[in-house]
Amino acid sequence: MSRMTMIQAIRSGMDNAMEKDDNVVVFGEDVGFFGGVFRCTQGLQEKYGRQRCFDAPISESGIVGAAIGMAAYGIRPCVEIQFADYMYPAYDQITQEASRIRYRSANDFTVPIVVRMPTGGGIFGGQTHSQSPEALFAHVSGIKTVIPSNPYDAKGLLISAIEDEDPVMFLEPKRLYNGPFDGHHDRPVTPWSKHEFGEVPDDYYTVPLGKAAVRREGADVTVLVYGTMVYVAEAAAEEAGVDAEIIDLRTILPLDLEAIEESVRKTGRCVIVHEATKTCGFGAELMAVVAESCFYHLEAPIIRVTGYDTPYPHAHEWEYFPGPKRVGDALKKVMEAA
Amino acid sequence: MSDAKPLSLYVPEPEFRPGDKPDFSNVEIPQAGAAPRPPIDVEAGDIRDLAYTIIRVMNREGDAVGPWADMLNDDQLKEGLEDMVRVRAFDARMLMAQRQGKTSFYMQALGEEAIACAFSKALQPGDMNFPTYRQQGLLLSTDYPMVDMMNQIYSNAADPLKGRQLPIMYCSKEHGFFTISGNLATQFIQGVGWAMASAIKGDTKIATSWIGEGSTAENDFHSALVFASTYRAPVVLNIVNNQWAISTFQGIARGKAATFASRGLGFGIPSLRVDGNDYLAVYAVAKWAVDRARAGHGPTLIEHVTYRMGGHSTSDDPSAYRSKEEATSWPLGDPVERLKEYLIKRGVWSDAQHHQMQEMLEMQVAEAQKQAEKNGTLHDGPHSSPATVFDDVYHEMPLHLRRQRQEAGL
Ligand SMILES: Cc1ncc(C[n+]2csc(CCOP(=O)(O)OP(=O)(O)O)c2C)c(N)n1
Repeated sequence: MSRMTMIQAIRSGMDNAMEKDDNVVVFGEDVGFFGGVFRCTQGLQEKYGRQRCFDAPISESGIVGAAIGMAAYGIRPCVEIQFADYMYPAYDQITQEASRIRYRSANDFTVPIVVRMPTGGGIFGGQTHSQSPEALFAHVSGIKTVIPSNPYDAKGLLISAIEDEDPVMFLEPKRLYNGPFDGHHDRPVTPWSKHEFGEVPDDYYTVPLGKAAVRREGADVTVLVYGTMVYVAEAAAEEAGVDAEIIDLRTILPLDLEAIEESVRKTGRCVIVHEATKTCGFGAELMAVVAESCFYHLEAPIIRVTGYDTPYPHAHEWEYFPGPKRVGDALKKVMEAA
Repeated sequence: MSDAKPLSLYVPEPEFRPGDKPDFSNVEIPQAGAAPRPPIDVEAGDIRDLAYTIIRVMNREGDAVGPWADMLNDDQLKEGLEDMVRVRAFDARMLMAQRQGKTSFYMQALGEEAIACAFSKALQPGDMNFPTYRQQGLLLSTDYPMVDMMNQIYSNAADPLKGRQLPIMYCSKEHGFFTISGNLATQFIQGVGWAMASAIKGDTKIATSWIGEGSTAENDFHSALVFASTYRAPVVLNIVNNQWAISTFQGIARGKAATFASRGLGFGIPSLRVDGNDYLAVYAVAKWAVDRARAGHGPTLIEHVTYRMGGHSTSDDPSAYRSKEEATSWPLGDPVERLKEYLIKRGVWSDAQHHQMQEMLEMQVAEAQKQAEKNGTLHDGPHSSPATVFDDVYHEMPLHLRRQRQEAGL
């Protein structure tokens, strides 16, 4: 056990995976000698050599396209896209190639790749360093999408993603990279070392994909949430004094339908929180899932609290970022409904 | 006020349109045998000229000349001729099958048969092709069963791809044929990645990537060049320049600036242009590039200069956009005729033998078709079970898909 930041945990995950399986190869912009702009891959090139951890040209479609070819050969690339905002040039390779090669080849070729990318706002990254594109992945059949909320999960989920036989998009909330977040931007954060989730085994372990975690048990309302917003939801529940059950989805596809249904049937209320824009965001899918399968258990309309349908505004990040106040208001509102 | 004249956009146009009499006399066709054959460890800069000329082996008198000649013996050449005629017979039958409504779509390689047929002979088992939809010759010149190709075209019960892909988008890992994407150019970089993996693992296998000249305008073409050149990947990058991208002439993908091969030079990739209608030349250049890749000298870019004699696909009518006589006026001739004439001149082949071979192949193709049709055609089943629609999306079927399959009653 060590106390780790999410960056260290992710690095440790790659390290363990590379140690265990010499087919695991890591590459991306700046990930080699330098260890990546967030230093997630620091030391891997030194330890495993340039054949297994190396810098890539600034060509996201090249990075993912090459990873696909490598995976088709039989190795396991875990690539880094420097920011989720820069996956768009690779979107074609991800959504029309990686996602379908198993299907269109009738299982003759498979491409188990992992595409890691820092996601979300809250670090004043402006509109091109703050995006949350998870819904764009979730809409596509054949890929999986993972968003951890703490160092322990990040490492265990990443190892699962590397072991997984399908292409996995691994979105790392950069607001949580260096330490936890209490949901409030204007308060100093306690380091992960004071937080239970900072405790990360040094050895190889997995956290299964497709399984949600109950972060807080509650009787009155289910909050469906993932990534950075888990902490906003926790703060909101405390401050609004609502007995909320907080479900950290961890994987949005495959989605833990059973955990969602069980919780909503119990509480009869549901609030959905994400940082991405609202319209056609992943919250819309969650709402649909809840409406389809739990309608007769609902005692109040489902509410979404999300980023606004605008690009991420640099100077106004904190107004944009759904904070505990907005989430708390939503919790109170669903509780008021008869 | 400015006295500058209003600007206007330059939009290149092909020289001939329907109704025009094509005249290719200004197209420079270098003499066969004129291009040097460099050592395989050559630097790109030392063979710049090969990216601008056309490497040819068979001359107009029907002899094989120059440093790229004599790489295949008579039996191998007869086999090559047979492969090309097989592709042509296969194409003709399947085109007909499409017209008869037995499938939705077909794409022939008429005029381009030499390229895939000759190239495949330079490869070894275990090498991997990342082809486009016009390289059926890669399969038809090896031992891949014709019936399986037809099963795929018919999307029938024996379709190895379970009716999921458009006709002609074959796939066979075992036969070194990566699954074809309908999205142009995506596979050009994937082939580079495969080759990189082979190098990472210290393997001896190489990859080939394939692209049409029109599709070189896509970003992935450039990604592939930069990756191949950066990591010296053991890959052969093939551009099939058949002059037309549907109705768009090749000038739209490059202006009149330079050859397609020359694009490799900026990346330091040795780049060659070859007469794609000359079986001997294609084989010689392919072998050179494959040997180079296998010896660890890195990538090669080859522009195969050819002409798409047929329509783009069964959904296309080329007479609407190009001169009817263009295909027959094309100065590099017909690859089948050229190899046939060459073998006849060498005294190892005759018209009678050719005729006999053609008939035999047509019968083989017809027989394979009969076999395939026993498994059904597109509109006249049987097909794979509809339950297979839900298979192979993921390694294991997730709950939401299991529920959808249940709802569908499958
Ligand atoms: C990304 C993408 N854009 C457009 C198309 C539609 N399309 C199919 S074939 C084709 C022309 C390709 O021409 P070229 O690359 O020269 O190959 P050729 O057909 O001549 O062999 C086009 C535009 C496509 N399949 N994929």
